[in-house]
Amino acid sequence: MNCKIRLTVNGTARAVEIPTYRTLLDCLRYDLGLTGSKEGCGVGVCGACTVLLDGKMISSCIALAVSANGHEVTTVEGLAGDERLHPVQQAFIDAGGFQCGICTPGQVVSAKALLDAIPNPTDAEIREWMLGNLCRCTGYYKIIESIRAAAERSRA
Amino acid sequence: MNAFEYAAPRTLDEALAVLREHGDEARVIAGGTALVTMMRQRLLNPGHLVSLREISGLDRIDAANGDLRIGALVTHRNVETSPLVQEWIPVLAETFRRVASVRVRHMATVGGALAHADPNQDPPVTLIALGACVEIRGAGGGRALPVAEFFRDYYESALQPGEVVTSVVVPRLPAASGAAYVKFLPRTADDYATVAVAATVSLEPDGERCRSARIALGSVGVTPIRARAAERLLAGQLFGAELLRAAGEAVEAAVDPLSDHRGSAAYKREMAAVMVGRALTQAWDAARVSARGTR
Repeated sequence: MNCKIRLTVNGTARAVEIPTYRTLLDCLRYDLGLTGSKEGCGVGVCGACTVLLDGKMISSCIALAVSANGHEVTTVEGLAGDERLHPVQQAFIDAGGFQCGICTPGQVVSAKALLDAIPNPTDAEIREWMLGNLCRCTGYYKIIESIRAAAERSRA
Repeated sequence: MNAFEYAAPRTLDEALAVLREHGDEARVIAGGTALVTMMRQRLLNPGHLVSLREISGLDRIDAANGDLRIGALVTHRNVETSPLVQEWIPVLAETFRRVASVRVRHMATVGGALAHADPNQDPPVTLIALGACVEIRGAGGGRALPVAEFFRDYYESALQPGEVVTSVVVPRLPAASGAAYVKFLPRTADDYATVAVAATVSLEPDGERCRSARIALGSVGVTPIRARAAERLLAGQLFGAELLRAAGEAVEAAVDPLSDHRGSAAYKREMAAVMVGRALTQAWDAARVSARGTR
């Protein structure tokens, strides 16, 4: 049972025909070629598939693509401008916020959502917001430092 | 996931009609956090999904005769951050804040959490302790049920085929009352509880003696459990270690936990008594503060 959906992905209107059971993550990766978002646990726990739906971070692995019909999706590919990284991305590089990198797209998208919602988060707010993004290299301190640095730069 | 037909009607009546047409073959979807996960694990294979997401009016939090009416499509995050909820029933905002992660709370809905009827969830526990009612619509009309009577068995609620949760009505605490939600989380912050307890305590005009109390527990049985025997022990009593011990004993007799990776049944039973003591201590303290404020 296929259906046609229209959605705005990283500012561009897209139309795709998909089976109803396609997750938003698979739609982004396989129908739209945006492979930045990763599948980790597949049950909404690990955060590797984090994207923004109408500006709010969600787990795209347990969202149906059909339910995003008519809505706006932002993925990690949509963060950088022309030739210039998003401040969160630059901070993750500068502060060593990633190791193997598999969780990084989800970490970066979650961090962007955090700074959109709370521009000057406390460490407690960073920890609470990011607790749903797992890093098996356990680079959590550097991730928190990266987010702190991104917030400081945005203030400057 | 297996193939299914997807409908996203714009009115509740249309949704109810589609549900009636397909009976047991159809499932309602809202945030999808529970349902899509279960479908991906092939625990459920519905032939039809009926989305409530395009129906307007189900995503509101309203004051209703001094109570709060929370629409079925309100997300956990909306409850947690609502100034109205934070001001009127702070324990409810705090309870929703303890669910999973911010990301999941952006998706999961109030109605979905009830309909899912998972005994490990946080919100039902506090809703029972607060005396909340769930409002239901079916083809034959509407009905309301105390949340305490809504859960029937493991992942089974009182919802009949073709019925939909439309809202939950939560009364404010009376004067000289306090409430607390405590969640025992020995593993990770986004986990289900090993044991969860919500308690409300209402004091006599003296501001010390318990007039009435409600206690509900999660993760210690096939449904959330209301500890009525323990509640009866508290009525008319003054706070004290002996009273908490007796209430804990009554709770141990009321729960029926399963052994799993969060702990053995025996361990959870003992921890239920400990956590009830902590919840009652916090709720009683809050009630004393509330009593002083109103005198």
